[in-house]
Amino acid sequence: MSEQRNDTKFINRQSFIELNARERAEVLFDAGTSRELAGPFDRMESPWLAMQGVTPQADDGCVVMKGKISGQSTVVIALEGAFQGGSMGEVSGEKLAAALDLACADNEKGIRTNAVMLLETGGVRLQEANLGLASIAEIMASILVLRRHVPVICIIAGTVGCFGGMSLAAGLASYVVMTREARLGMNGPEVIEQTSGVDEFDSSDRALIWAIHGGEQRFAMGLADALVEDDAQQMVEAVQRFIAKGVPAVHRSSEVALYRSRIAALDPSRQWDPKELRAAWKAGAAPEVNQ
Amino acid sequence: MSEYKGIRGTVWLKALTGQSAPLGGDPASVLTIDAPLGEDNARFLCVVPNPEGRFPCARHGEVGMEEAYTLATRVREVIHEDRDRLKRPIVAIVDVKSQAYGRREETAGIFLAGAAAADAYGSARLAGHPVIALIVGHAFSGAFLTHGYQANRLLAFDDDGVMIHAMHKAAAARITRRTVESLEELGKTIAPLSYNIRDYAKLGLLYKLLHVEHPENPSPAEIEGVQKELIAAIHDARNSPVDLRSRTTSSEALDMRKASIQTRRLLEAQWAEIRHEQ
Repeated sequence: MSEQRNDTKFINRQSFIELNARERAEVLFDAGTSRELAGPFDRMESPWLAMQGVTPQADDGCVVMKGKISGQSTVVIALEGAFQGGSMGEVSGEKLAAALDLACADNEKGIRTNAVMLLETGGVRLQEANLGLASIAEIMASILVLRRHVPVICIIAGTVGCFGGMSLAAGLASYVVMTREARLGMNGPEVIEQTSGVDEFDSSDRALIWAIHGGEQRFAMGLADALVEDDAQQMVEAVQRFIAKGVPAVHRSSEVALYRSRIAALDPSRQWDPKELRAAWKAGAAPEVNQ
Repeated sequence: MSEYKGIRGTVWLKALTGQSAPLGGDPASVLTIDAPLGEDNARFLCVVPNPEGRFPCARHGEVGMEEAYTLATRVREVIHEDRDRLKRPIVAIVDVKSQAYGRREETAGIFLAGAAAADAYGSARLAGHPVIALIVGHAFSGAFLTHGYQANRLLAFDDDGVMIHAMHKAAAARITRRTVESLEELGKTIAPLSYNIRDYAKLGLLYKLLHVEHPENPSPAEIEGVQKELIAAIHDARNSPVDLRSRTTSSEALDMRKASIQTRRLLEAQWAEIRHEQ
C-alpha cells in the first residue's frame, strides 16, 4: 500500500536535476517570494573570458536569489553547471561571497536571513586561475562567519557534482544535501589518474567513482546530512527541515579530534572498499535520516 | 619557474624560531614550533615532505589528511589556550606542492580534512588571532586553501622559487587546451593566469612582497628583516577588521578586481532595495 503510493509520487515528481540553476533556486522559495539579484540583465560578466576567446555569460554562471523559505528571509546562490562546468571565476565567486556577506550583515542587525548554496562546480575556473582560487578562499571565510548566525545549507544535486576548492566550501557548510546522482570530492578521478597513475585511480571505472564520491556513499559515511531523490518537492522539504533545525551545536569541519582519530585508525597499506568506511564511521555519527 | 624542492619550509621555520625540534606527537610532515616574535610568543606551522609518511600520495610535500587534521589540531589548541587572554599570532610558513591526489584520500573525504584546517585558521582569525601566511615557496590550489589562505595577511618572497596558483602548469595547459608556452605567453598579459609572483602581487591579495636574496640559505640580517616584517603584519592585523576585506581594498585590487568591486556594489544596492519591499 505505502509502496504503491510512493511509486505514484515518484512518477509525478518534478525532477530537480533537470532544472537549470535559476529554476533550481526559484523552486526552493515560498511561491512568489523570490527576486533575482545581479541577474543577467545587469550583465555582470567575467572580464577575463573574452580576451581568451571564451564567450562570457551575462550572469557568469551564478544565480543569486532572495526571498522567503518557510516564511523566513533566505538567500539562495546557485551555480550553473552548464556554464564552464560551474567553475568559480572572479564575478561568480564574488556574487557568492557577497551574497553570504549581505546575509551575515542582516543577521548581525537582527534580521534573520538563511543561506542555501547549490553547488555544481569543478572548482577554480582555470581561465581566471588565481582570482578564482582567491575567491574560493573568500567564500570559505564568508561561510565561517555566516554559519555562526544561521545554518548554511549546501545542496549538491548533480550531475556536475562539487569538486576542487569548492569541495572545501561544501565541507564548511552546516548541512549537506545530496542526491544519488551527485558527487562530492576534492580531486576528480581524471586528475588523480593523471597525477598518481592509473593504478591509483582508474578514471574509466564508473562503479568505483560512484562508490567513492557518490551521494549515497557520502551520506552513508556521515559526510552528508541528507540523501534525497531527484524530486524538487523532497529538496524543498529537506531545505525547510534544516532551516528549522538551525545552527548545529558543532559543525562537522570543527570535529577535528573525531575525524583525526578516524584517519589514524585506517590502514593505509591498502586501498579500502568504500563500504568498510560506512560501517566504521557511521557508528559515531548521528546524521539526519531522510524519511 | 622552479620545481618544488620542499626544503624552504624547514629552512625558514628554523631561521625564524631559532629552534629545530618541533612539538612532539605529530606526523613528521607537520612541524609546529612556538617561539618569541617581537613581544609575542607565536605559533609557527609548516608542512614538509615526509618520505616515510603513512599515506603514499602525501609523502612529497603534499597536504594530505593527516597534515590537514594535524594543522587543525595545532591551530585549535592555540585558540583554546588563549580564549581568555591576548591572542597569540599564528604564522603559517607555506611551501606546499599540492593537495594529495589519491584514492584513499578521496574515499576518506580529504575535502573535509581541508575544510577542517581552513575552519581552524579562519576561526583563529575570527577569534582575534593575527594569522599570517608567509609564502616562501610553492602555494598550490587545495593545499594553499588548507594551509594559509585563511590568514589575515599574506606575505610572499619576491623570488622565482615562489609560485601561487590554482593548478600546475602542465595540467592547466592540458585542461584549457593550450601549450605550456602559450599559457606562459598569456600570463604576461592576463595577471591571474601568471605563475610569476610579481604578477600575483598585482592582484592586490598580498599584504607585502618581501625581497630576500638567499631564500634557501638566509643570512642573519635577512632573517631579522623577515621577522620585522612579520611583526609589522601582526601589528597591522591586530588593528584591522578580522575579515578578509583588505584583499579587495588594496590599491592593486582597486585596479585589478574592478569586476569584483562592481559586483559587490550592485548586489548591495539591490539587496537594500528589496529589503524595503519584503
